[in-house]
Amino acid sequence: MMDTTPTLAVTDLKTHFFTKAGVVKAVDGVSFEVKAGEVLGLVGESGSGKSITGFSILGLIDAPGRVVAGSIKFKGEEIATAPEERQRHLRGNRIAMIFQDPMMTLNPVLRVDTQMIEAVRAHQPVSASVARGMALDALSLVGIPAPESRLRNYPHELSGGMRQRVAIAIAFINKPDLIIADEPTTALDVTIQAQILHEAQQLCAKTGTAMVWITHDLAIVSALADRIAVMYAGRIVETGTTAEIVGRPYHPYTKGLIGSVPSANRRGERLMQIPGMTPSVMNLPAGCAFQSRCSRRGQGCDAEQAVTELAPGRLVRCCRPLVEEVAL
Amino acid sequence: MTVPSVGPRVDPSATPRVAAVPPVVAGAERPFVRFARDYLDSRFAVAALALLLILVALASVAPWIVPQNPYDLAQVDVMESRLPPGTKSPLGYTYWLGTDGSGRDLVSAMLYGLRISLLVGVLSGVIAMVIGASVGLLAAYVGGRTETLIMRLVDLQLSFPAILIALMLVAVLGKGVDKIIFALVTVQWAYYARTVRGAALVERGKDYVEAARCLGLSNARIVFKHILPNVLPPLIVVATVQAAHAIALEATLSFLGVGLPQTEPSLGLLISNGFEYMLSGKYWISFFPGLVLLLTIVTINLVGDRLRDVLNPRLQK
Repeated sequence: MMDTTPTLAVTDLKTHFFTKAGVVKAVDGVSFEVKAGEVLGLVGESGSGKSITGFSILGLIDAPGRVVAGSIKFKGEEIATAPEERQRHLRGNRIAMIFQDPMMTLNPVLRVDTQMIEAVRAHQPVSASVARGMALDALSLVGIPAPESRLRNYPHELSGGMRQRVAIAIAFINKPDLIIADEPTTALDVTIQAQILHEAQQLCAKTGTAMVWITHDLAIVSALADRIAVMYAGRIVETGTTAEIVGRPYHPYTKGLIGSVPSANRRGERLMQIPGMTPSVMNLPAGCAFQSRCSRRGQGCDAEQAVTELAPGRLVRCCRPLVEEVAL
Repeated sequence: MTVPSVGPRVDPSATPRVAAVPPVVAGAERPFVRFARDYLDSRFAVAALALLLILVALASVAPWIVPQNPYDLAQVDVMESRLPPGTKSPLGYTYWLGTDGSGRDLVSAMLYGLRISLLVGVLSGVIAMVIGASVGLLAAYVGGRTETLIMRLVDLQLSFPAILIALMLVAVLGKGVDKIIFALVTVQWAYYARTVRGAALVERGKDYVEAARCLGLSNARIVFKHILPNVLPPLIVVATVQAAHAIALEATLSFLGVGLPQTEPSLGLLISNGFEYMLSGKYWISFFPGLVLLLTIVTINLVGDRLRDVLNPRLQK
C-alpha cells in the first residue's frame, strides 16, 4: 500500500464486562497500530485482556461485555461503532481470525471443502467450483500436501497441525488486510509450530497482510513479530520493535517476562520468576497494576501511570523504567 | 544485532520445509457408513428394524393388497359382523382374522388403521420436531429473555400430563385426523425444544461457532448449517421415541372415543370396538389390532434405543 494509513489503529480501547459481581475492565485503554505487512505481537499473561482486544476488533464481544470507549480504525474507517451489517461484511472478508485450538475451530460434521467454500461464498459472488479452486490454492499456500484429497476430508481425519493449517488457509482465503491470530500455535508441538510460524510470516510478507499475533509466549513472537506490545491487566505497558523489547526492556514486567523464558538463561542458573500472580481486574490497586509484584516499586507507583515515549516508537507505561541501567 | 535469542527464531532461509505426509486415518469412511455398520452390529435391532419396515410397507400398500375397503360402507355388511377368523366371506375371500363389530374384514381394517396410526404418528412427530427444534435452537442461540420465555413455556407444557392436554384439545376441536395431529403436536413440541436447546447450548459454546461468526456468516446460516447438524443425533433419538409415543397417544384417544371418526377406524378404535366382546370369547376383534399396535410401538422403540446407543459416543465401547 502506498498510503501511510495503518491497516489497524486502535486508540484508547476500553472493553468492560458488566457482571453481577461488578464491572470487569478486561481491556482498559489499549492503543496500538499495525501497518500493512507488519506483524504485531500482543504479549501478556492469562487474563491480561489480549484475547478480548482481538475480539473487540472483530466486533464479537457478547453480553455482558461491551466496548465502552475508544476507536478502532480499520484502514482509516471507524469500525468500533459501525453497524453490525458492516462489521459482518468485514469479518472473515477483510479481517480474519485464527483461533488457539485447531481441534475445536472446524465444524466436526462438515467436510473441509464445505467449510472453505462457505467462507468464500459468504463474501464473494462466485460459483461453488470457483470457490473450490480458491480453497485448493489456499491449502497449497499453507503447505498442505495433496490438497485435492484433503478437501474431501472431515476435520477428525486430519492431525492437529493439519487442521490448524486448514484454519489458517480459511483465514487467508479471502485475502484479508488484517489477521488476528489468537495463540494459534499453542496447541501444537514445536516442530509444527516452527513450520506454521514460517508459513504465517511468509504469507504476510507475500500478501501485505497485517497481523496481530496474540500470545503468552514471548519466544514465539520474538521469532515472528516486527513489533511487540506487552499487555498487563488490560493495558499495554510497553511497545517497541521486537529487537528493542527483547534486547532492552524498559518496563520491569517485560524484563520479568523475558527472564522467565528458559532459553534466555544459562544452564543451571535459576529461572527468574515474577512473584505473585496477575491481580484480579475487578479490584486493581490505584496506580500501577504491576506494583505489587514489582521489584522496583517505590515512589510514584501509587499514582496513575502515564505513557512516556522514551525513544521513537518506544512507549512505556512506568514511572520507574529500567532506562538508566541500560543507558549506562 | 545484539538481540539475545529467546526462542526458536525462525529463519526463513534455514527452516527446512518439511512436507509432512498427511496422517490420513485408516478407513476414512463417511460418517453414514460407520453409523450404518454400528447399527447393524446388533441383530436384535436389525430384526426390529426389519419388522418395522415390513409393517410400514404393508401399511403403505394396504389399499392394493387388502380384499375389502373398510371405509367404503357399500363393501361392509353388518350381517357379517363378529365372524371368527377363517370364515369365508360371501364374496369368496376368507376373513383370515375374522370380522369386527361392524362386519369389516379385520385384516383390511387393521392395515388401514395402521396406515392412519403411522401417518398420524409420523406427521405429528415431524411437525412437532420442526417447531420444537426451531424454538429450541432459537432459545439456545439468542439466549436472554427469549430463552427464559421459551423454556418456561416448555416447563409449563411438560408439567401437564400429555393425555390430559390432548383430551381437552380434542374435546374442544372435535374429531378428525387434522385435529388429532394438532393435539399431538401441541403435546410434543416441548420435548424436542428441550432436547435441542440442551444440545445446542453445548454446541454454541464451542469454538467452531465463534469461528463461523468470525467468518462473517449470517446467524441463520450458523444456526442451521453449523449448529443444527451437530444436534441431530439427540434429535433423531427423541424423534423415534416421540413417534412411538404419538402413535400410542392417538390409539388411547381413539380408544376413549375422542379420536378419529367411527367410519375411519384407527388401531385404537378397533381395539375399543372389540373391547366389549372380549368376555364373550370374541377375542380377535381387539386382540389382533392390539398386537399390531404393540409390535409397531415396540419396534419403533427398539430402533430408537439402538439409534441412541450408536449416536451417543459416551455409550460406545
